[in-house]
Amino acid sequence: MTTGRFGKYGGQFVPEIVMPVLTELQAAYEKYKDDEDFKAEVRGYLERYAGRPTMLYYAKRLTEHYGKAKIYLKREDLLHTGAHKITNALGQAVLAKRMGKKRVIAETGAGQHGVATATAAALFGMECHVFMGTTDIERQKLNVFRMKLLGAQVIPVSSGTGTLKDATSEAIRYWAAHIEDTHYIIGSAVGPHPYPTIVRDFQSCIGSEIRAQAKKETGGRIDYLLACVGGGSNSIGTFYEFRDDKAVKKIGIEAGGRGEAEGDNAKTLSGTGKPGVLHGAYSYVLQDSDGQIVEAYSLSAGLDYPGVGPEHSYFKDAGIVEYVSVTDAEALDAFRRLSEIEGIIPALESAHALAYLEKLMPKTKKDEVVVLCLSGRGDKDVQMVAKALGEEL
Amino acid sequence: MTRIEKKFAALKDAKKKGLVIYLMAGVPDKKGTIEAVKIAERAGADFVEIGLPFSDPLADGPVIQAAGIRALKGGMTLAGVLELVKEIRKFTEIPLIGMGYINNVLHYGAEKFVADAKAAGLDGAILPDVPHEESADLREICNKQDFRLIEFVTPGTTPDRLAQTCESANGFIYAVSVNGVTGEKKIDYSIIGKVARKVREQTETPIAVGFGIGSAEAAVDAAKDADAVIVGSAVVRRLMDGKTQEAEEFVASLRRALDASY
Repeated sequence: MTTGRFGKYGGQFVPEIVMPVLTELQAAYEKYKDDEDFKAEVRGYLERYAGRPTMLYYAKRLTEHYGKAKIYLKREDLLHTGAHKITNALGQAVLAKRMGKKRVIAETGAGQHGVATATAAALFGMECHVFMGTTDIERQKLNVFRMKLLGAQVIPVSSGTGTLKDATSEAIRYWAAHIEDTHYIIGSAVGPHPYPTIVRDFQSCIGSEIRAQAKKETGGRIDYLLACVGGGSNSIGTFYEFRDDKAVKKIGIEAGGRGEAEGDNAKTLSGTGKPGVLHGAYSYVLQDSDGQIVEAYSLSAGLDYPGVGPEHSYFKDAGIVEYVSVTDAEALDAFRRLSEIEGIIPALESAHALAYLEKLMPKTKKDEVVVLCLSGRGDKDVQMVAKALGEEL
Repeated sequence: MTRIEKKFAALKDAKKKGLVIYLMAGVPDKKGTIEAVKIAERAGADFVEIGLPFSDPLADGPVIQAAGIRALKGGMTLAGVLELVKEIRKFTEIPLIGMGYINNVLHYGAEKFVADAKAAGLDGAILPDVPHEESADLREICNKQDFRLIEFVTPGTTPDRLAQTCESANGFIYAVSVNGVTGEKKIDYSIIGKVARKVREQTETPIAVGFGIGSAEAAVDAAKDADAVIVGSAVVRRLMDGKTQEAEEFVASLRRALDASY
């Protein structure tokens, strides 16, 4: 069994051609992850360019709305480019630079990770190719244009269903053919080892900031930690710091989409997913009775991935995190609720975590504390939401 | 001993290079695949790889991807492929190797897959998303049932990993000619030739070079330091387009060129 396992999950299920570059990446990451100079460089960009640490905001009106536990929002939406994705993109871009790579590539579904990677590439003067399914390009024209503005080349992927999973496969294929000068900045805590570890390490500042900030805000008390789960990067970043704290109940919220039928949701961990191999890792995967990957669905383009990071699969089996789901409709309600009550338009992804408050809050007590990772802002989603609500723009 | 070893031994005696032809199960359709095996054998193929279609084939280029989707749309499943192999076994003893992806095998159950595949008439399997590091358990299952799990080397395989692969490999070693995916392209085969010579120093397991071969000249180049060449996309493309006769002529041209050159 290889290194890079979380329990039985993870590993390196990739073609032989990819192995040398994974080994190279592994060695480089081992070298730099504890290197003070490297860490200082990454931290410098996160603090002075991206806007870390992000606030832990006491949502007073939302708390009053439920009249139960105090609700705090971890404001990842206030980061440059509008979501937690930039933290990983900057970290990996610095790593790529140190490895002497001149080009970075990325996969993107909704375009958020593509924009984050294009941003980091612009900042470091690197060439950037973003692989995006043709179906997604059609749905996310605004982000496609943003990436072009940032100097990135958007490469349409028409294979398969023309969505995120196909873009990810194509990025891996391209990487295999250009391993000498290219680093693949994967956007979530998925893929072959060492990616799930690298992405988790970069994103785990979310959890460590929460711990430090909660000390001041709540005397350190946290009873519930909530985060949405697609591939699982903002959630692993939120939960990892608290993985051994049994007193902190950790809940990951997946996209329940429009129903229970195959292809109508993205409930990889909370629904019908079974352990299998997708994009190089052994983890829970949505698949049919023959082991073919099933396309995931969610109104939120950042959550409709049929796999999930392998560490989440381990957390599920070990009972460290509970995984649940909310539907499109529940997420839409939550999207409007936070906008109206707090003046914060959340990303549709984050709105899934917010929607779960409807189920959780009645069970909480007034002296308890709920911390929710608001992973991104919702400007990118307003067109989609308007359409879903039947509004003409 | 499987049909694979017997065939390589016969090729060695005859001082001939081996020709492996890849076909996708269910392309152009089930009957068409059976027909394609007959054609390939008639035109001079020594081995046939049977593609197990997967929704997300990481190691494959556009032609095999499209073939996989077509097969899946036609209702092909892993169990369906094994049924197809049984049909093929009724008329030929040509070595048959399944080529697919690990998720289908895991979903089917690895032990059950190897047992059922062997019983159906497959001699081995090629699973490109199972590198040496991840193959120990599966290799043990295969070895117990005298079923070959084919391992890979590439231009980038490091010396220590090459040594590990040479030590555990059986059937043949799949030498991938290029850092990339399957599909016809211009390739400098001397690069993988160097790797093949290193493999040769460490093991007697035969070497088959694949990826990129789209012409008789390329097949001859690729075969130089190898025991066999593997040709897939160039054949599958013709079958997808309904050009069965052209596919047969193409395979025959590979056979003629290999026999004339070595």
